[in-house]
Amino acid sequence: MSVIDATPLRIVPPQIRHARRPQRMLERQWMVNRAGGWAIFVTGFFEPLFYLLSIRVGFGALVGDVDDNGTLIPYAEFVAPALMAASAMNGAVYESTMNIFFKLKYEKLYDAVLATPMTSGDVALGEILNATIRGAVYSAAFLATMGVLDMTASWWSLLMLPVAVLIAFSFSAIGMAATTFMRSWADFEYVPSVMLPLFLFSATFYPLSSYGDWAWVVQFSPLYHGVATMRGLNNGDLTWAMLAHIGVLVALAIGGLTLTARRIERLLLR
Amino acid sequence: MSTPASIRAWEAHVTLYRSVWKSNVMGSFVQPLLYLLGMGLGVGALVDDGNQNETLLDGLTYFQFLAPALLATTAMMIASNEALWPVLGGFKWWKKFHSEAATPLTPNEIAGGVALWQITKSFIAVFGVAAVLLIFPDTRSWGVLLAIVFGTLTGAAFAAPISAWSASRETDHSFPTINRFVIVPLFLFGGAFYPISQLPDWMETVAIATPLWHGVELCRNSVYDRLELWPTVGHIAYLVAMAAVGWLLAARSFRRRLTQ
Repeated sequence: MSVIDATPLRIVPPQIRHARRPQRMLERQWMVNRAGGWAIFVTGFFEPLFYLLSIRVGFGALVGDVDDNGTLIPYAEFVAPALMAASAMNGAVYESTMNIFFKLKYEKLYDAVLATPMTSGDVALGEILNATIRGAVYSAAFLATMGVLDMTASWWSLLMLPVAVLIAFSFSAIGMAATTFMRSWADFEYVPSVMLPLFLFSATFYPLSSYGDWAWVVQFSPLYHGVATMRGLNNGDLTWAMLAHIGVLVALAIGGLTLTARRIERLLLR
Repeated sequence: MSTPASIRAWEAHVTLYRSVWKSNVMGSFVQPLLYLLGMGLGVGALVDDGNQNETLLDGLTYFQFLAPALLATTAMMIASNEALWPVLGGFKWWKKFHSEAATPLTPNEIAGGVALWQITKSFIAVFGVAAVLLIFPDTRSWGVLLAIVFGTLTGAAFAAPISAWSASRETDHSFPTINRFVIVPLFLFGGAFYPISQLPDWMETVAIATPLWHGVELCRNSVYDRLELWPTVGHIAYLVAMAAVGWLLAARSFRRRLTQ
């Protein structure tokens, strides 16, 4: 046991390695949802429909075809995978900031949880998984909507779902870590100031070549790596670079998770 | 003459805002700037390459088309959010309106204070967008000043009826639904990002019947000095009527809740 434990998992901090019951957090959330609040969840399915339709009927005719790495593709097919990535990010961040802050400061949920055998790692992992599951369900809806509106270009498009789940996980982890530093609701005004540039400048609405000499800056956006992977998959245009993109997202997930567990421990156990 | 009571109630909101204004004001300037750089210039380059500006965008570039519309969409977003949680919370979580009712303020005056504050908040947001428009030579004109008024009016038209709704609620369960089924569709289909003539005919009719489109038209036409008398009167009348009726309903909700 200790041999397995020792080497490859060193990069994962003890808080997370010793998490034993993160699923209990999910169970709690399930019971809360069962008591009401499903409306919020279910109506979430309409959002991709509205966005994709507006791209289809509105922007599509204005823009026409886009040059993506040398191939011309209809604008709707160009933007749809990027919006799916952005929606995974937005959903995850929303769930892991406002909602977590409420539980942390007002509901005092984690104080109560940590009074049981649960650990800070359980809390971090459980809550991030919760946000990820939510992101996964929305992403599945998004993909289905794309399919219905005929915006998917190949069977590789199905692989966009796991990538979206990874995006959701990474951004939940970062979002929750950031939330542990928030002092009041007023601090949440800064969240859109970070999210909006990511949303707009991750080669979401126009190809990387549009940025000219500034294209290298875009690479710093974690969302860009999600968008690039999703777009490649949707077009069936697979490259080795995708592995690098995925590596960036995995690194962010681990970093966010570690920081969250440490912060929860520090805020509530000391 | 003493200060009108609604202004006293408004002062309470201002006092609270003074402790959080920095991040808020930054947001109302930076966000539209990013939208304009990201969508206006970026997507604009793709759209203008297609050379359909004459036929589809009334001879404007995409940047020119989008920029003034952001005055109206921003006002809608800010005002409606201000009319949801903060209004319900004033009754339910912080009991702010109940404590105001324990002073000589009447429910109508408290509702008036809320309305004034929502208008102020819309104005701050619209002013931020206007400042951004003035940076770019393409959108710099005296009409921007007029558009500030129209943008603020758009905010008031959304804030008033939504306040009437949220002041009569017991929970916030319906609020995300309002965002999803009213605000987001209007944002996407209300003529801000592309002309509504792109929409299928039935959707175009619906879009014309919604308040955001009137606000967008007013702002866009005033920035480019294209206001025509009767359409303008119609747009203004629509928005004023919505704000007025909404405020009457909001005041009624406040009266019911505060005089039980």
